[in-house]
Amino acid sequence: MEYFNSVEVMERGKLDDLKLERLGASVDRLYDKVSFYKEKLEEVGFKPGDVTSLEDLKDLPFTYKEDLRDNYPFGLFSVPMRDVVRIHASSGTTGKPTVVGYTSGDIEVWADLVARTIVASGGNPDDVVQVAYGYGLFTGGLGLHYGVEMLGATALPMSGGNTKRQIRMMVDFGSTILCCTPSYALNITEVMQEMGVKRDEIKLKSGILGAEPWSDEMRVQIEENLKISAHDIYGLSEVVGPGVSIECGEKHGLHVFEDCFIAEVIDPRTGEVLPAGEPGELVFTNINKQALSLLRYRTRDITRLIEEPCPCGRTHIRMERVTGRTDDMLIIRGVNVFPSQVETVLMQIPGVSPYYKLVVDRVDNLDILEVQVEVSSEVFSDEIKRLEQLEKRIGDEVQSYLGLGVKVRLMEPRSIQRSEGKAVRVADNRKI
Amino acid sequence: MKVRQISVFLENKSGRLLEVCQCLARENVNIRALSIAETADYGVLRLIVDDPGRALGTLSKEKFTVSETEVIAVEVPDEPGGMAGVLAPLYSANVNIEYIYCFVEKSGESAIVVFRVEQLDQAIKALQNGGYKVMREEDVYRI
Repeated sequence: MEYFNSVEVMERGKLDDLKLERLGASVDRLYDKVSFYKEKLEEVGFKPGDVTSLEDLKDLPFTYKEDLRDNYPFGLFSVPMRDVVRIHASSGTTGKPTVVGYTSGDIEVWADLVARTIVASGGNPDDVVQVAYGYGLFTGGLGLHYGVEMLGATALPMSGGNTKRQIRMMVDFGSTILCCTPSYALNITEVMQEMGVKRDEIKLKSGILGAEPWSDEMRVQIEENLKISAHDIYGLSEVVGPGVSIECGEKHGLHVFEDCFIAEVIDPRTGEVLPAGEPGELVFTNINKQALSLLRYRTRDITRLIEEPCPCGRTHIRMERVTGRTDDMLIIRGVNVFPSQVETVLMQIPGVSPYYKLVVDRVDNLDILEVQVEVSSEVFSDEIKRLEQLEKRIGDEVQSYLGLGVKVRLMEPRSIQRSEGKAVRVADNRKI
Repeated sequence: MKVRQISVFLENKSGRLLEVCQCLARENVNIRALSIAETADYGVLRLIVDDPGRALGTLSKEKFTVSETEVIAVEVPDEPGGMAGVLAPLYSANVNIEYIYCFVEKSGESAIVVFRVEQLDQAIKALQNGGYKVMREEDVYRI
């Protein structure tokens, strides 16, 4: 199978026509159904029918995460609750949870999107897909699950955690595709080695990994350790959940399914749309969603768009893999640091394990970034000077990459907490 | 002539050394000599034990970071000038010493000193030519 839905290879001009038609209808509908949007659209002088070109999008108002919270729980929904068949919500660790809803039509579109991502990752209806994203309010588990069923493959609804059982099932049921966070994929590999499970006992061929930023170096590590093809899947619950974009076999950017979402990259400070290719904040507009449809939603994810056609044949635009969220960004002594940048450096040093943690503290009004790294038997030496050389090498390489001096702390294996979902890479202990 | 030394990486966390020793105790491994080198954040514990293979096995199984290094154990006369005497031939043979530590027990009238050097074979030869007794592996574990 080359693609799941023929819209993925729709001729560019036709795709743009479809986008425009759907955008116009979507904005008019929001004006009509959601008082929050009516007010915002009136502020910019918009009247129904005003969208006549895709260029008009840049004049429309943004939607922020706070808007979802301010209208908690269902204030931005554009259908009556009787038409809502499913609710998902973010964990709400930083405030009120963000609540999203779906009509039965939305669920169907979403499943179709996820089915496209599975096929783009090399899947087909013969596959056994082990879904190790959490099932529940989080969109990961159920999102993938419905996509697997839509494709006609076999869903193995494991949810996250219980790693040994994940591995036993993987062996017994012959799972061919694993869906989880990249950090959990590493954890599974490690536990597999501990259990003495050999590579030829499992049939895994690819991984659909996402829900957290990860580096290309981490991909190499996962692909080598598990002997699979690892594909980055992107999505966020506000926009739909997993299935907004996916890496095809080219692994050069993620195709954004433009028949459902319009992607823009803006300068986060000015809000201006940036020319294609420039890095900035990713913004999404839903154009094929009923229950909750967002206009120019600020994702806080940093990426750039790739307009060049992809050799895979899909005509949909690509976004570069997201290497950081403005939310995850640490500002240390004026330097912007994303955990994935440190990861990139660490993965290039032989023998350094992919488990790391960044601890930020403020000592005497000075921000200190400590990089905690586990010492594997491979790099361990009985001589302190060799360990100090290792610390220095890590410190020097991080410094030359980030332009920021860091403290490296060598840790015992397994002392850094293993992830069963989204990895916690940063502890910010600064009291400001 | 070469003796197997086991090194363990230890974070500076209370109870870690105890856990290593308990782990060895459970496997009935007897520690013959030990030293700890430390930095602000971590330490390296070096051990000579009666059964290095068993010690290595159990420590790796318990997820300690361990490595094995070859060292030499030399009988040094327990008298003024004893240590200086043993160092002289090593110096002459251009052997770099990384670190040394001593056995707790004595073997007769001599102390036993463990040398970690860069040039093992050169060191053994230099010491033997200087009239020192470099201990055999099995004798060390049996002390």
